[in-house]
Parts: sequence; structure tokens; C-alpha cells
Amino acid sequence: MGKIEWAMWANEQALASGLILLAGGIVGVAGQFRGWEFAAYAVAAGVFVCLLEYPRSKRAKGTSVERSGQYCFTVCVKAFGPLTRNYYVRAFLHAAICVPGGFMLATVLGCVCLGIASLIYLAAAIRGEHWEPILPRKDVRKPVAESIKNPPQNPPPRPPPETRRKQAKDLEGAAYDNPSSVTDD
Amino acid sequence: MGNKIVNYGVPSFIIVVWMGINIFLFVWYYLFYDRGDNFFYTRHLLGSALAWARAPAAVLNFNCMLILLPVCRNLLSLIRGSLMCCSRTMRRQMDRNLTFHKLVAYMIALMTAIHMVAHLLNVEWYNNSRQGVYDELSTTLSDLADMENTTYLNPIRTTNLNPQQIPLYFAFTSIAGLTGIIITLALILMITSSMEVIRRSYFEVFWYTHHLFVIFFAGLVIHGIGGIVRRQSNMEEHNFTLCKDQADDWGKIPECPNPEFEGGPAATWMWVLGPMIIYAAERLLRLIRYVQNVQYRKIVMRPSKVLELQLVKKGFKMEVGQYIFLNCPAISQLEWHPFTMTSAPEEDFFSVHIRSAGDWTDKLIEIMQKLPEGAQGPKMGVDGPFGTASEDVFDYEVSMLVGAGIGVTPFASILKSIWYRFKDNDPKLRTRKIYFYWLCRETHAFEWFADLLQLLEKEMEQRGLWDFLTYKLFLTGWDQSHADHVMVHFDEDTDVVTGLKQKTHYGRPSWDKEFEQVRRDNPASVVGMFLCGPAALANVLEKKCGKYSDVDPRRTKFYFNKENF
Repeated sequence: MGKIEWAMWANEQALASGLILLAGGIVGVAGQFRGWEFAAYAVAAGVFVCLLEYPRSKRAKGTSVERSGQYCFTVCVKAFGPLTRNYYVRAFLHAAICVPGGFMLATVLGCVCLGIASLIYLAAAIRGEHWEPILPRKDVRKPVAESIKNPPQNPPPRPPPETRRKQAKDLEGAAYDNPSSVTDD
Repeated sequence: MGNKIVNYGVPSFIIVVWMGINIFLFVWYYLFYDRGDNFFYTRHLLGSALAWARAPAAVLNFNCMLILLPVCRNLLSLIRGSLMCCSRTMRRQMDRNLTFHKLVAYMIALMTAIHMVAHLLNVEWYNNSRQGVYDELSTTLSDLADMENTTYLNPIRTTNLNPQQIPLYFAFTSIAGLTGIIITLALILMITSSMEVIRRSYFEVFWYTHHLFVIFFAGLVIHGIGGIVRRQSNMEEHNFTLCKDQADDWGKIPECPNPEFEGGPAATWMWVLGPMIIYAAERLLRLIRYVQNVQYRKIVMRPSKVLELQLVKKGFKMEVGQYIFLNCPAISQLEWHPFTMTSAPEEDFFSVHIRSAGDWTDKLIEIMQKLPEGAQGPKMGVDGPFGTASEDVFDYEVSMLVGAGIGVTPFASILKSIWYRFKDNDPKLRTRKIYFYWLCRETHAFEWFADLLQLLEKEMEQRGLWDFLTYKLFLTGWDQSHADHVMVHFDEDTDVVTGLKQKTHYGRPSWDKEFEQVRRDNPASVVGMFLCGPAALANVLEKKCGKYSDVDPRRTKFYFNKENF
């Protein structure tokens, strides 16, 4: 299991937890449950977690697949610099966010799922992973060589007209030896 | 439209039947709980949330039964084998087992969500009833407790805790609540680790986490034993139409004794027990296969870090293009990895060519490289063989075989087998013509396959069998140096890259031209297209098969078969 980047799974888990927290919160608020204040919190927390987790990190090894439309989110998340780059911060953040969800049945599942995501992020942070934005690559064009700007002024040298006419009848005589070898051997 | 019927008819039909059963179950159980008279009082407390919780539960039962079956590969192999006599189309459906497994999983996830939301509402409303927030009838119903002459309706019995915490308390102290939370958690973990990103790059995480299904099924079976969905059991003595407005007098007047309630029995086990046993048998079979002795006949390191293993196992019988799962406890106890076999059934051993593609394969190659000459390799468990679409290649009069990159491997087995059968004049060989397309970025790591083609080419030439096999090689990763090299060696008889008589083509094939040619050369034939390669190519070829097929039996028909792992 050496090459696993735990952060990739933590990200999926956290995104799912955000959605579950959000769903539980909506049910709690819409149903006017007891403790609906916790549900209202869960809606806000769920949205926040989803926004934070939506942009996938660039993988340390291999090709990164970004989620559709994640570029804007990447830019926003990147703006927070070390706070979002560091997975220790994320682990503790998620652990803190999930706690109020545990006070109400509608949001308890979101709380537990986010807690698990927090633990996986902790594992990722311990292994030294960090969040890298996936940004569009700027294509570096090869600088055009100087010689291409100065094409030769004169045509290549050709033998005089008499010798050229001879080639059609006398192949042996028309051939000439190359001064240097043109084959690989 | 006709083309679509030819290629998509049977799988669409299966999906339609499956969805039909789902819808039927949902509607039936919804009406059962929403209209049933014995649930009148339950509905008074819960409203339609009762039916909204029970209907998905029924659909869940059905789908949890189904989900284990597509991953019993030995069972599927058995069904495939018994369908050998029957239609080719039915057998092809066995290839889509993983797609079906995923579809059923999505349905389970959706139904779990609905079920959970409905139950959240149920618990909240039960709690409110118990607290006396609603009307008198609700309070009276909720007060009924399990004593000598009354039975409870409302499963929430506590009143002396903080009312806000009672739902949580109830969830964690009732069997249904606790198992529900645990198995939903297991389901969520299974789903997040099954996302394509995780599965393709970190297979072990997916594989080990997926074993949470054991907890899922264990919890699922005991989820309903508490019997907390209550129905009235004394409909004769207590007529709810009469008595619902006289809650005060229940038990005091003869025409309205206390309503009595009973819980529905746990039914899930009836649905899932069969598949659980079948799956357990499947795992047991893998264990038995693992214990069986496997000998190494030959271990060869091929160029470009490709390992060829020739193995012998008593009683092992294979067909062309099948694959096996290998387990090497020296590397990992629990991991089984699939490899297509590259040997033909006519040979007295079976072989696989393993390329460096991850942790497990790298370690295996490392171990093999350190072995002394002629020594036996580490203990290896072999499960299989398992059937894939390639088995059908001889049933088609004309076959188009497309191997992209590493996907060329099953065709090694097929081409070898063709050769043996032709030499033996096997009458079962229906194939008249084979078109083989080999696409790869570079021939690096496939030199062993080029060697095989060279051998076949020589033998076919000896027998004057030019027409039987047409192969085209497409080098998609060419650059200027390639082009220069080819230009210099233009006049030579054999190709510079592969040493074969067939010249290598550069760039990707023009599929329209290829299909046109096959159609021209083989009118009124049934052509099987077999692909082992990336999904993007599969989409292109599947569309082309549809485009060039004709429902008219006098014209060419293309059937698309895809191998996947």
C-alpha cells in the first residue's frame, strides 16, 4: 500500500460528509425538529465543507483528474495559502466542525462521516502530503532557432548543363562519391 | 434504430425489467402502508412518512439480494458454461456484471437516503407524540405501553430525558437505530472508496474498505428484529372508525377495548440469505483454489520488464482469452490480481505475461529476478479460469480483434489457439477470417508479442494460408526519427519496427475505412468485434458497430464485445 495518497480518499469522504451534513441539516430545519439550530448550523457547515473539498488536489504522482468546473473553487481555496495547503489544519478543522453535528439525530451521521474524513486527513498529513492546486498548464513553446530566420539566399550548386544532360544516358558517369558517409554504419 | 436493437437490445431489456421490479415494489409497499387499515393509528402519529420509509426498505431488500450476485465470478462462469448451447447474446451479458453491480449500488444508496430521511421524520414525530405535543389521540396512543393488557405503538418509551436528546438516545439504544447508523456508515465508506479516482489509482484502499460489506450485511439482517414498525392486531374488537374519537374511553367501554399492536417480523434475511450463502461459497472456492498446488514450469524475464510465468496445475482447464487471478502470499495475503492468460488451451501449461504496473507487480518481478536459475518461484494461488468475451471469437464467421497496448494480451492466446486448431483441422472452428488490429504507442514491452506474430507469419506462409489472418499494426506514438528510419529502409521486405512482413502503419487507424473494407469483403456475415483496450476506444468502436450493422440478415452485422477488468 506504499503509493497511496490518503488525501485523495479523505477528500472524497469529506465531500460526501459535507453533503450528508447538508442533507441532515435541511431535514432538521424543514421539519422544524427540536434543536433545529444545530440543523441550521449543519446546513452552513455542510456548504462550507463542500466548497472547501470540491477542488481536488493535484496528485504527487500520476495524472490528476479534476472535478468539472472546479477551477473557480481552486482559485478561492488557493487564496488561503498555508491554511488550506496544510492537511493538519484541515484535519483539525473538520474535527472541530463536526462536533456540533453530534447533538442532533438528523446531523449525527454527517458528524461521524466528517470525523472519519478528519482522521484520514490526519493520516495524510502525517505522511507529509499537502494540497496542490490543479492549474491549467501554460504551454512553453520551443524558442525558434535563429537559423530559421535566415534562409539561404542562393540555390544549391548544380553541375553545368553539359554534365546534367549526360546523366540520362550514362548513370555510372553521372554518379559521384560523397566525401563523407551518409548511412549510419 | 435497428442497429441499436442488435447491439443494445438485451441489456436494455434487463435494465427495464429490473427498474420495473423496483418501481413495483416501491409502489406496492407504499400503498400497503399508506392504505392498510391496520396501520391507521401508526399513520396518525407518522403521516405519510411511514410509507415513505417502508417502500424504500422493500426496494433495499430486493437490491441487497441482487448486489452480491454479479461479483460471484465462479457462479457467472458456471452460468456462462451452461449457456454455451444457447444464444451468444445471453452469454455476452455476463460481461457487464460490474456495470450491473454498480447500478444496483447506486439504487441502494438512493433508497438508503430516502429511507433515512423518512425515519428521521418518524423519530422526531414519535418523540413529539410521546411528549404530548400533538392531539389527544396521539398522546393516548403513545401512552400505550407494553403491560399485561396493553401493547405499545410508539417505540419511544422514555420521557424523562431532555426531549431534544431523546431521538439520539432512541437511535443509539434501539437495535434498528444502532444497526441502521452502523450499516449506513459502512455503506458511505464503501462508496467513497469506490469512486473511480480511488479505484483506479489506489486499488488496495478500495478492496480492503469494500470488505465492510460483511458488516453491512450482518447489520442488515438484524436491523429489523426489534419489530418497531407496529400494526394493529385486534381489528375485530377495536374498530378504529368508531373508536378514534373516543380515546378517553378506551378500555372502559365494551365496544372500544385498547387497540393492540404487534411488530412486523424481520423480513430482510429471507431476501439476502440465499445470495450470502452463494457468495460465501464463492469465497470458499477461492480459498480451495488457493490451497491447490501450482508448479512453475518456466520463469522468463522478457525485455522491457515483462515477466512471463508458465505454470502447471492439476485439473486446470482453460479456454482462449480467459483470465486468472493470482495471489502471492509472499507479497500480500489478501490481494488477488487478474491477468489474462497468454497460452492456448492446446498447450499443457498456462502462462501469463506480467508487466510492471504497480506495487504488487513490481514486487513480483523483483522476487523473480532474484531467483537462482531453475528454481521454483514463491507459492502462488491461482483462481479461475474466468470467462470473457474472447471465448466467443470462434463462433463468429468473421472476427475483428482490436488490441490496444497491454490489451493485446488475450489475443496472444487466441492467435496461438487458432494456429493449433488450424493445424489439427478442428471442425468446431467456425471462423473463416480474422482481422487483427494492434494499436500501441510503442512496441516497447511487447517484443514478445511481435515474436509470436513472426512465428505465425512464417507458419502461415509455409501452408499458403495468407487469407486467414490479416493483421495491421498501428504505431500511435511515432515521431520524426521513426519516419526518417522508415524512409531509409523503405524498400526492405520486412518491417523495420517489428521485423514482420506486414508493414507497420503510423498513427491511429481510420475505423471507417476498416469497417468499410470488412463489410465489402464479407457481405451477409456476422462479424464479431472484440476489443481489449481503453474505454474511449470502446465507445468509438461500439458506435461504429452500430453504424455499420444492418438488421437485414442478408447484410453484414457487427457485434461489439468488450473485455474489461
